[in-house]
Amino acid sequence: MRWVCILFPQLALDAVLRQRPDPEEPLVLLSGPAQRRVLQAVNPAARKLGLRPGMSMTAAQAMSKGFATADYEVAEVEHWQQFLAAWAYRFSAQVSVHYPRTVVFEIESSLGLFGTWPQFEARLRQELKDLGFRHRIVAAPNPVAARVLANAYDGLVVPDGEALQHHLGQLPVDRVGLEPNVATALSRMGLRNLSQVQSLPRQALARRFEAQMLKHLDTLFGARPLALAFYLPPDRFDIRIELNFDVQSHQALLFPLRRLTGDLSAFLCGRDSGVQRFDLHLEHAGLPDTVVKVGLLSAERDAAMLFELARGRLEQVQVEAPVRGFRLRAEDLPSFIPQYQELFDDRPQQTLPWEQLRERLRARLGDDAVQGLRFQADHRPECAWQNTADKQLCTGLPSVQRPGWLLNEPQSVPEGSARILMGPERIESGWWDGGDVRRDYYLIQNRAGQQGWAWRAVGEGGPLWLQGWFA
Amino acid sequence: MGAVVALDTLFNGGQVWRGRPAPPAASPQPTGHAGLDAALPSGGWPEAALSEILLAGPGVGELQLVWPTLARLSAAGERIVLVAPPFVPYPQAWANAGVDLRQLSVIQASERDALWAAEQCLRSGSCGAVLCWPNKADDRALRRLQVAAETGQTLAFAWRPLSEAVNPSPAALRIAIDAKPAQLRVLKCRGGLARATPIAFAVGH
Repeated sequence: MRWVCILFPQLALDAVLRQRPDPEEPLVLLSGPAQRRVLQAVNPAARKLGLRPGMSMTAAQAMSKGFATADYEVAEVEHWQQFLAAWAYRFSAQVSVHYPRTVVFEIESSLGLFGTWPQFEARLRQELKDLGFRHRIVAAPNPVAARVLANAYDGLVVPDGEALQHHLGQLPVDRVGLEPNVATALSRMGLRNLSQVQSLPRQALARRFEAQMLKHLDTLFGARPLALAFYLPPDRFDIRIELNFDVQSHQALLFPLRRLTGDLSAFLCGRDSGVQRFDLHLEHAGLPDTVVKVGLLSAERDAAMLFELARGRLEQVQVEAPVRGFRLRAEDLPSFIPQYQELFDDRPQQTLPWEQLRERLRARLGDDAVQGLRFQADHRPECAWQNTADKQLCTGLPSVQRPGWLLNEPQSVPEGSARILMGPERIESGWWDGGDVRRDYYLIQNRAGQQGWAWRAVGEGGPLWLQGWFA
Repeated sequence: MGAVVALDTLFNGGQVWRGRPAPPAASPQPTGHAGLDAALPSGGWPEAALSEILLAGPGVGELQLVWPTLARLSAAGERIVLVAPPFVPYPQAWANAGVDLRQLSVIQASERDALWAAEQCLRSGSCGAVLCWPNKADDRALRRLQVAAETGQTLAFAWRPLSEAVNPSPAALRIAIDAKPAQLRVLKCRGGLARATPIAFAVGH
């Protein structure tokens, strides 16, 4: 049990269905030239209407009108196979897309991390169900056997060579991946299943058939290894959903958005990376795309969080034209550092970590809305602070009296409305950067008892300028 | 009347047990001002609730009232969020008061978004204290803040003008700061009668 094969029997259909809000709606995929469109695949709801694959479009329309259509595209199918390989990359380093509509990967080395096979299989099935792909899973000692057994079984586990002999022996000869002419020749010899073929002398088979056939049988039973090219995940994420209708409100974009962010999250989990910036492209007919940029302060990959943040940005966007397509691009994928959590948290009721809260606030209030505060070593009060967070602990200077509040702009204090309690303290600085100040600062108190911090330029008369409150 | 017995002899003989007032349990959120702690029924800020601070104008010690609490919370690693402060916090003064500036976050927001932001911060439960300055908030907005503080188990402080003192408020604690003479008046406190006598509050420099 070293290799697992996941076969996607309806990959093309599932890829289209999962982009639609209502999967129960009858849907057919069409292929062939424009003059003669043929039904390539139908979903169960369409099957109930009497539609069958291979039927012509005209015949189908004669039978029923209430079904949706989409184009069957080979490139799309390959794209989704690559996506599923990226998803499987999370579970194994050796993932192969050697066979069409199939992902094969090695699992023996991953079982220590993901638990026993029944647990692991349940997890695979649950994640694929959430992603919206129907599947058949088979585990076998070698990749070829796993692929061949997936033709006939779902959920089969073959632990060792003996069981493999047993299961493969029962397979009919036309289901084991042999060339069609070889399979026909074998069945015409009266050989129905693989065990009958195996009981024949090897020399006789070698004489009657091409060398390719014995090679295939040897790899199938594990006597000859198969060299597989392994999947390498791309460094960027780019996925697109085409909408079949003009979308006027952001409400209708939420479902595709949820899918896109969910796929992004699955991809990121596979690569063990996070995303810090991604772009949403809203495609219009005949107009340049509207690009919504989503930026985060730290790398994240949680699907629900990515969705909520993207939604917050999307809701504020005003587009000029209806939206025809929706695309998500992420170029920058930094590695993901899990959040540090204490085992015995003081606040068990804590529902939303600060990082997520911060992103939520930024999504609604703007990127610069959440600021830190740090002390800048400068005597001029207006230069003594910065709105970024400090890395190190800033120790105070207890001997220096400074007000808790600083006014953005100094205000003049009317003559005689306040008396001076303390001062002056001279601040003279900034001759090097053009912001030269020479001020005498006083602690003042007005009639209402409010205490403020006011200054007067050295050598000048006139009113005091209030710059802070001793709150 | 021979039945009359002096109380002293009974007490001294140990025949009558006299109940003693139990010492108040130490509050989990002391204010750091001994006089104020003594006046409050819980011995400190009401936990997981909104505290309202009413003042006539800035510069009467409204920050000195909460600085000891903020210093304690930030030293414990709790986050302190200032939602739309009316002025710029002067870092040196806050650091002098013992507040760890690394734990401080300032949210810039308009009047309407500020209430939303404060509610989000309170509800998340990831902050130790949320400070806000709702000037035109009605009692429904304050009720929302109070409920959010309960949900997130977070201390909430709201600074409002003294003229609001006549209006009812859902806050668990209302304190008015007078500048002349420098004193605190507890207008309302949940869980006990508000003390009528003002508490001296020396604004120290």
